[in-house]
Amino acid sequence: MTDTQPAPDLADASTPSGTPLLRLTDVHSYYGHIHALQGISLDVFPGEIVTLLGANGAGKTTTLKTIHGLLRPRQGRIEFEGNDITTMPAHDHVKVGIGQSPEGRRIFSRMSVLENLQMGSYSRKDKASLNEDYARVFELFPRLAERRNQHGGTLSGGEQQMLAIGRALMTRPKLLMLDEPSMGLAPILVEQIFSITQDINRQGTTILLVEQNARMALGVANRGYVLQTGRIVRSGPGPALLEDEEVRKAYLGG
Amino acid sequence: MSRLDALRTRSARPRTFLGGHQSLSVFLFAIAITVLLPVIATLPPFSGFGTQKDWVNGFADAGVYILLALGLNVVVGFAGLLDLGYAAFFAIGAYTYAYGNSGFTGLDIPFWPMLIVGALVAATFGILLGAPTLRLRGDYLAIVTLGFGEIVPVVFLNSDKYTNGTNGITGIGQPSIYGVFGINGFGFTNPWPYYITIVVIITIVVCLLYRLEDSRLGRAWVALREDELAAASMGINTVTTKLLAFAIGASTAGLAGVFFSSKLSSVTPDSFGFTVSFTALAMVVLGGMGNIWGVAAGAFIVYELQTQGLKQLNTFAHSIGLQNVDFTNYQYLLYGLALVLMMLLRPEGLFPSRRRRRELHETPAEDELTAADPTAGVAA
Repeated sequence: MTDTQPAPDLADASTPSGTPLLRLTDVHSYYGHIHALQGISLDVFPGEIVTLLGANGAGKTTTLKTIHGLLRPRQGRIEFEGNDITTMPAHDHVKVGIGQSPEGRRIFSRMSVLENLQMGSYSRKDKASLNEDYARVFELFPRLAERRNQHGGTLSGGEQQMLAIGRALMTRPKLLMLDEPSMGLAPILVEQIFSITQDINRQGTTILLVEQNARMALGVANRGYVLQTGRIVRSGPGPALLEDEEVRKAYLGG
Repeated sequence: MSRLDALRTRSARPRTFLGGHQSLSVFLFAIAITVLLPVIATLPPFSGFGTQKDWVNGFADAGVYILLALGLNVVVGFAGLLDLGYAAFFAIGAYTYAYGNSGFTGLDIPFWPMLIVGALVAATFGILLGAPTLRLRGDYLAIVTLGFGEIVPVVFLNSDKYTNGTNGITGIGQPSIYGVFGINGFGFTNPWPYYITIVVIITIVVCLLYRLEDSRLGRAWVALREDELAAASMGINTVTTKLLAFAIGASTAGLAGVFFSSKLSSVTPDSFGFTVSFTALAMVVLGGMGNIWGVAAGAFIVYELQTQGLKQLNTFAHSIGLQNVDFTNYQYLLYGLALVLMMLLRPEGLFPSRRRRRELHETPAEDELTAADPTAGVAA
């Protein structure tokens, strides 16, 4: 397992230097005629937790979909580890190391917990290290080990979220994209999910986190981007955004 | 790591025929059935309904529908793509053999290689149909496939010059294995070689399908059936996965078509109407969608009920003085009734696959486990 990349020092400059793991340059995406992403540029550096904030319809999920190849941008460029992946089909993203826990969790509700995790390792070639990864997932989420033979659909919301993250981890991603992991969960579970997210990050996985729960997300993130109607309107280190007057007004209730 | 090993083996399916796959047990089962069916046909009450020869002939015809149901099960049961025009591939297989071995084209390619050719041609058309429908799901896919199923026989009907139109193609050659099956070999009067042939084809297809079900592709189909987007996120190429379902399903229908036209020695467009697609689908649903042997059994039962069962029902009705009743006229009414009843009482089919049964009847024990303490995992 690649070990901990030291988290960038939050006190210093807003953007870390070096080669970004993921770079979006002026990305435009459409749903039919609707111009959903109007020129998104962002960087995610290795070892970071980067969060994407914004209200409903701001384009957070659309950004993730575009990165993952589920939606093809009409303009702009997406690079992963310096390679152009703008037009790469969705299923190949797993191979280069992009894993995602999609919005609404989308676990396979009629498969058992274990089968869900097995689906995560579907395109893995390194079968030898699979057991290591099962162990890792079960260590992060002991609850999943208890329920490994149970149907995904019979899990509680929190457990389903754990399963969705665990399933994404089984792809052994370099970049893990989490789409609103806190959605619909009780506050205590939200806290737990966020703390596990940090654990995963400490173990060496870079994380791109989409959230509506801005306070929580900025609390764990190294850096954040704020989206508004398809544009990035603010960006900076997590704590700085937490202090930002505009962000406070719009997302943190004053 | 021992805990992990333990849980992995537990998830493995038992390697018995009815629960999982094992080619040897499939073969043994097939041999047993092959021997038993003609014997049963000679016992009362079945012996009273027809000669053994009639029965064996009927079994060979039933085999065609078993193949159709098995192939449709790949598309509908495994991949979850509702195909209402499946008979089109059956027609394509049948016409392929008619072109390959009849006076119409003057070609005389033997049956056995044509079996493969028919499967390949049908598979190609499966992909051709599949490609434009990739973005469609559920109802929309059903409508497009329904259209395709209607178009194909109409094309065969109206392309007089190339298909001999409504008269169809006659004088289609029969298979031959000199000196192996009986004195007469394949012919109208001797159903045995056809019976053996179709059993062999079905057995091979069933073995392959069991392998497929447990393969990566089989798993990808299950994921696709559940959630296409999530499947893509797992690295499953949804395009090829869907196309392979169409192609494999169609190729099985192609096999059935080749066999069908050689046995009948003629093909006409009206043998491939919507009723064939519908019958095959009803067989899949009644047998137990997704379960290979269940679907085969369902097809056999439905076929025998439809041919022998209704006939005997007529005989019985006539014997008690109801001279004007003809149940064969009510065939589709009875189908409809049976389907409605099944959906109400046993939606997973007569012989459901384990997965499908779980989907429709979640065991209460599991539910209780979750409901007991939804926050229990939090402390972990």
